[in-house]
Amino acid sequence: MLSLIVFLPAAVAVVLAPLPARLPGHVFVGAWIAAALADLALIVTAWVRLPAAGVGPGGFAFEVRLPWIPSVGISYHLGVDGLSLPLLAMTAVLFLACGVFALRETRRVKPFVLFFLALQTVSLGLFAALDLILFFLFFDLSIVFMYFVIAGWGHAERARSAALKFFLYTFLGSLALLLGFILLFLAATPHTFDIVELAAANPLAAGGPYAALTLLAIGVGLAVKTPTVPFHTWLPPAHTEAPATGSAILAGVLLKMGTYGFVRIAMPLLPTSWRQYALVVLVVGAVSVVYGALVALAQANLKRMVAYTSINHMGYVLVGIGAAGLVAAGDAQARTLATTGALVQMVSHGLITGALFLLAGVLYDRGRTYELDSYSGLAARTPRFAALFAVAAFASLGLPGFSGFIAEFQIFTGSLPAAPIPVAIAVTGILVTAALFLVALQRLFLGPLRLPDAPGTPRAFTDLRAAELVAIAPLLALATLIGLAPRFLLELVEPAAAAVNTLVAR
Amino acid sequence: MEMMNEDPGALIPELALLGAAVLGLLAGSWLPRRRQWLIAALAGLAFVAGIVATALAYTRPAETVFGSYAIDPTTNATRLIVLVATLLAVGASVDAARGQRRETEYWVLLLLGALGSVLMAGATDLLLLFAAFLLASIPLYALVGWSATSTGTEGAMKYYLSGAFAGVTMITGVTLLNAAGRGTAYVPLRENLTAAAAGGRSMPALAAVGLVAVLAGLAFKAGAVPAQFWVPDVSDGAPAPVAGIVTTIPKIGALVAVYRLLTQAIPEHAIDWPLIVAILAAASMSLGNLAAFLQTSVQRLLGYSAISQVGYVLMAAAVAARTPQAGPALLLYLAAYAITNLGAFAVAAAVTTPEGPARTVNDYRGLARRRPVLAGALVVCLLGLVGTPPTAVFLGKLAVFTAAVDGGMAWLTVLAIVNTVASLFYYLRWIAPLFTTPAPTAGPSENHGLRRRWASGVAVVAALTTLIIGVGAQALLGLLTTVP
Repeated sequence: MLSLIVFLPAAVAVVLAPLPARLPGHVFVGAWIAAALADLALIVTAWVRLPAAGVGPGGFAFEVRLPWIPSVGISYHLGVDGLSLPLLAMTAVLFLACGVFALRETRRVKPFVLFFLALQTVSLGLFAALDLILFFLFFDLSIVFMYFVIAGWGHAERARSAALKFFLYTFLGSLALLLGFILLFLAATPHTFDIVELAAANPLAAGGPYAALTLLAIGVGLAVKTPTVPFHTWLPPAHTEAPATGSAILAGVLLKMGTYGFVRIAMPLLPTSWRQYALVVLVVGAVSVVYGALVALAQANLKRMVAYTSINHMGYVLVGIGAAGLVAAGDAQARTLATTGALVQMVSHGLITGALFLLAGVLYDRGRTYELDSYSGLAARTPRFAALFAVAAFASLGLPGFSGFIAEFQIFTGSLPAAPIPVAIAVTGILVTAALFLVALQRLFLGPLRLPDAPGTPRAFTDLRAAELVAIAPLLALATLIGLAPRFLLELVEPAAAAVNTLVAR
Repeated sequence: MEMMNEDPGALIPELALLGAAVLGLLAGSWLPRRRQWLIAALAGLAFVAGIVATALAYTRPAETVFGSYAIDPTTNATRLIVLVATLLAVGASVDAARGQRRETEYWVLLLLGALGSVLMAGATDLLLLFAAFLLASIPLYALVGWSATSTGTEGAMKYYLSGAFAGVTMITGVTLLNAAGRGTAYVPLRENLTAAAAGGRSMPALAAVGLVAVLAGLAFKAGAVPAQFWVPDVSDGAPAPVAGIVTTIPKIGALVAVYRLLTQAIPEHAIDWPLIVAILAAASMSLGNLAAFLQTSVQRLLGYSAISQVGYVLMAAAVAARTPQAGPALLLYLAAYAITNLGAFAVAAAVTTPEGPARTVNDYRGLARRRPVLAGALVVCLLGLVGTPPTAVFLGKLAVFTAAVDGGMAWLTVLAIVNTVASLFYYLRWIAPLFTTPAPTAGPSENHGLRRRWASGVAVVAALTTLIIGVGAQALLGLLTTVP
């Protein structure tokens, strides 16, 4: 079942590949939407059937394990638990939204759809992978495919250099990750790349410099992808130059690969070192929170601003998982709360930031610029756009009633006892984010009407079209649903978060 | 003295190449030009026969024939890699060589060069190693000059002069090692060097200089530092298939020879060769990468990339005596590299512009739209050379990095990682133009009478093979891990 979920988009891509590119774009996008819908249905089925699968804490459902390269301990090993299933669902939802949004894409639709189908397979595969090499395979391929999306459908010649920077930077991160994996592999007896076996064996329980170096390699690799300060410099240009759907996937799904890696690999496989250096993680997270928020405040470009709030939001995740490692300070319940919050934040950020980037794409489509100064008073002209943008902005700044509040509240409550001062500093990030979103809303939507009249803006400035509305509204509806009735998500996440914390605390 | 094993039946793959070369030369003298394709078929047949013979003999116990040639899993694996790679090279060359005035010579020289590469890998005596070195060198000098263009001739001249110098250095090294170890065969050499070191009579400087000189000769064949100067000129000046051959085929034999020499002849405690080889590896990968950065000629770019790739293979050689993973890692990397590199050169041989073969990265503008399959093959091969999963070179890199870390050379792995990221930069400089719109001068480009079907086919086959190895590596690894 998991293999079907993961490889369904790739299979559709293989079927589409021989078709001539002259066919109308709707054929390809339609196939993509159908594939994404089917995938989402499968994941929802898996979610519903998960309690019946009868997996204990720390166990995996729908496991598939086939020997791949047994002589070096590599296997094709998939499985889901409460950590990965919400992310799988979020990925499927976001790809579906991007598919609907892409109905308006006119530039080389066939390769565009093929790259996104491939991206969907590698994203789903990464969240389901239980083997380090399989994880690395999907991690690396996500970079390759995203490079082509940014370079091929980005905004201009600048997109190429942004894509190159993205590729080089994150590729360096992925190789650091590989080095860490090799160190883990060599530490285990018998040598293996299997995540479950490594978690059980805990080969580096003794700690020491070898374990610290392993954590450093893995940590840097994941931190580049997440990204945290100071490894974030690739993110703003990549986002600014990418097409709207590419930005949404990059922020919504690809960034989660980094934070998910911390929860899936760094914490359970290197518990001793994680506890030892948890404060470092927490402080890096707090710095990312404050730095991301302050730099976002200074941006005049809408997309760059949203990109920097991503750094801010990923910082919260690091605060949460860092607090989970401070075993001595907090009690087990608080640590579980922090980890749960971090996981909810991943899902929440995927939905909300995905919606924000799609909305930014709408704005660019109408006005051919992201500069906030070029717009004013849009609320009267485009009420639906204004309403959705306002909802997304409030959700992103963590207003109660939206998923971001649930996540951030849990993170702060859970981590405050462990490290009061850094967490208190991180809380100020919420204030700054609130300020910057309010300022952005004010500049875009209030005041006298002003539209960019630069060359290249021939069309009338229209409100959201049906496809755009259908793509964006469900993302925000889900974020609201999680904000109002989070139980369905928390019931899945909490046991898994508790299991991870048990592994860290051993 | 034990009975010498002189079973020629063990040498069927080598004899098939030699037989085909002699027969081809004789028959080619009489065949009219339009029938000289028969020699290509004969060469292909010899390679297939060699592959079959190797496969049949694969599980035979290791033996040494004629006192100086080991037939063990390492040799068998090398035979397979060289023969399969050369078979691909034959396919990539058909378009360029067919109907040419010296077609027969092309195939015969290729057969002899491949034979020399195999012999280097199996030699367990410095003198045989040197003879094999010459056999792998001289036919390839001629092959580089075969096209008789001015750049090809210049490349051949440079190749020949570097080769002559490397040969003299190498035979000097053999002499010095002979003086220090009182022998040229690997086994007595090792015993004598060990005994001399234990008895305090050793002349470590003499043996070390000798070893470095021999390694320099082999480095010339492999295109590694300190004898890498010929690589960019030759790979840029020669036709693409020839460039692919000289940067791939001799490299396989030379690097296996390095591995065999270090593990079988030179005791680590007598000379600190792991450090020497590690320095060569570090220098090769870094210099090759730095020089490749700003190249616009694709063949020159691949030439520098070839230098850097040798560095990764040498990492495995550096830890050869310290970890059992080194041998399989070295062979896996060589197999993966040979196929991927030949695939990239096959694309270079297949793509044409109205003025002739495509030479610069700008000639590849818009290839993805004109020939999507070929562009896809190129992307797979170039990302394969970077080491992106799921290609074969990724597994090679994984194995080599693991071996290096296990052998206590983590610093070398970190350097290799930095170099891998750097290499991505110049491979992307070639990939990016594929997806841009073609330059206006290029025009409707595919109708200049040069379809180059064979080269295109080989490029696609190579790209598919590297993916198949990457996904189904267990089978290949099973063949290679029998290596002690």
